[in-house]
Amino acid sequence: MADFSGSDLTCLRGERLVFGGLSFTAKSGDAVMLRGRNGAGKSSLLRLMAGLLSPRSGNLCWNGENIADDRNAHQTRTQYLGHQDAIKPVLSVRDNLRLWGQLRGVRDLDAAIDHALDALDIHHLSRVNGRYLSSGQKRRTALARVLIGPSDLWLLDEPTVGLDRESCAELTQLIAAFRARGGIVIYSTHTDLDIESPSILDLDEFAIPMIEWLAEHSELEDEQADTQASLTSKEAAQ
Amino acid sequence: MNGFLAILQRDLRLALRQGADSVMVVAFFIVTTTLFPFGVGPEANILARIASGVIWVSALLAAMLSLERVFQTDYEDGTLELLTLSPVSLELLVLGKVLAHWLTTGLPLIIAAPLMAVMLNMDQDGFITLITAMLLGTPALSLIGAIGAALILGARRGGVLVSLLVLPLYIPVLIFGAGAVEAALLGISATAQLQIMAAILLLALTATPFATAHAVRQAME
Amino acid sequence: MHRFAKPSVFLNLTAPILPWLSVLTAILIAAGLYFALIGSPVDYQQGDTVRIMYIHVPAAWMGLFCYVGMAVCGAMSLIWKHPLADICARATAPIGATFTALCLITGSLWGEPMWGTWWVWDARLTSMLILLFLYLGYIALVNAFDDPERGSKAGSALALVGAVNVPIVKFSVDWWNTLHQPASIMRMDGPAVDPSMQLPLALMILGFTAYYFVVLILRVRLELNERRIRALHLSGMFDDRSPQTNTGKQSYDAGHNAEAKE
Repeated sequence: MADFSGSDLTCLRGERLVFGGLSFTAKSGDAVMLRGRNGAGKSSLLRLMAGLLSPRSGNLCWNGENIADDRNAHQTRTQYLGHQDAIKPVLSVRDNLRLWGQLRGVRDLDAAIDHALDALDIHHLSRVNGRYLSSGQKRRTALARVLIGPSDLWLLDEPTVGLDRESCAELTQLIAAFRARGGIVIYSTHTDLDIESPSILDLDEFAIPMIEWLAEHSELEDEQADTQASLTSKEAAQ
Repeated sequence: MNGFLAILQRDLRLALRQGADSVMVVAFFIVTTTLFPFGVGPEANILARIASGVIWVSALLAAMLSLERVFQTDYEDGTLELLTLSPVSLELLVLGKVLAHWLTTGLPLIIAAPLMAVMLNMDQDGFITLITAMLLGTPALSLIGAIGAALILGARRGGVLVSLLVLPLYIPVLIFGAGAVEAALLGISATAQLQIMAAILLLALTATPFATAHAVRQAME
Repeated sequence: MHRFAKPSVFLNLTAPILPWLSVLTAILIAAGLYFALIGSPVDYQQGDTVRIMYIHVPAAWMGLFCYVGMAVCGAMSLIWKHPLADICARATAPIGATFTALCLITGSLWGEPMWGTWWVWDARLTSMLILLFLYLGYIALVNAFDDPERGSKAGSALALVGAVNVPIVKFSVDWWNTLHQPASIMRMDGPAVDPSMQLPLALMILGFTAYYFVVLILRVRLELNERRIRALHLSGMFDDRSPQTNTGKQSYDAGHNAEAKE
């Protein structure tokens, strides 16, 4: 029984505060849907979970162990799908996928790729070069990558971009099968994916007005009297 | 080790399919070298005197020109992000990419160098040393240059910037590379210079992958 | 360590130091200049041109000192990941570059009457020139990013790499120079510096170093204050539509949308 949790996460991008004090837990078989307006930090949170970013404060834990302590283990169990599809125009779909299987040390790679291509219904494209794919086909190739090799955690950032309704249904099925095997799926989406009973993480709830956060972290000093006047109610935090 | 071979294989395949890049580097090298006789005059003696320096400077510029593409395309299409997230250590992957870069740019330069040496009237005594020195020097150029290529990811005007960063770091390789050939032409043993170049290469091989991987991770944040 | 390096702690700590340090700098440089220009004897060979040395040598020292400082800041940013280390490195670079350029210019001015040429490819001059290139590369890199923090971090990594490289460059340039230079045209360190010259030289070196710290503190304070202003802008406090409201809803909205760049 796996357990993925985050506590008191604060994320700064550049000099902008994205969210603060965010906590969540997910257990085997769970699906977590990230919701929030533009800039609420859905992508940032997924990148934090993948280990591409490190949180300004707070911890991410897998079965109680901080993921930063054993990055290799976390990267082995995690499949991340970002905004970009990472498809090389001059390589065939199969060759594109092969690299990721090799990096994961997948045995019997060709069979694994065949299986993934079948699951996303793009087996007929396996010899086609990346440059001839439509954006939906590229997205499906990127999704096929997620299926290659064993994993326990899927982090999907807008997986449905460019997908038609049929592909969305396939994706739903794949996610359901993955959950049934005990996997955890965390995803963000703008279109409605028909996922069974996801828990919803609304990032808007964790948006802290930046001024409050600044006050709490004493980046604003006492000499700024005019600012202080407006902050008196929050001064206790200092 | 599998990961290293996988990325090497893929980068070589990419370079092969987009063959123009390697050809362009060699073409740049040849054209730059050809410019010098126009600048200093066609006298055989003068050309023979400056041949080793000209070849090294041109090779340096050509190698630098190709640096930007080591990481840039992978950065733009999201591949680099996934490489950072893969279970294979990023240092190893970086090393694989640098080796692929050297095989597709450094090696063709080494093959083209004797040709240019003949055209510049260089004495034949220097040929073996020139090739040995380039075999030791160009991998070091790729390794050091990769740091620069990783640092400029996401920057404006990356191409010009990388030359500004990397060229001062190339000076030792240039000094000893040209020095070795010059010594051989004077009939002195070039062993000292070649040994120092080997030392530089070993140092670069052990130290730069960590710096480059660090820079790549930084660029992902 | 962390506590001390907090931006506000830095600001509070440096505020009282700054005036004293400025006064000290002024006294040191004034005294140094007096001894250098008036109080010290004329060199029996070089005449009055020797007085260039009192600028030239301290500037060379500062060029190296600043680079070491940048590398140390780079290492600290790598180990403790504290933004103040990046800011210090970033603030040091232009100062170091200016001193290095000053060293090269005064060296050139000194060289003309002494050796009859503005520039020789002497090992020291060449090393200083390469040092200047390293500074320029750093400054260009740091300013090439839209996100200043990313620029500072990349710069810190470059400063460290450069610091590892400086001894190698120095060694190879020395080697190159001894190979190509048929005996030295000149010897800068020839006779030991006369004791009467030591005092002004020491005063000037101390004065330059103190000046560096004054400028460093000023530049870091400027950068910190600029960050605060940017943070306040991002937080939506200065929204034109409703100048005096800072209610949760208002700043929340602005915080998310103002200048959001993803």
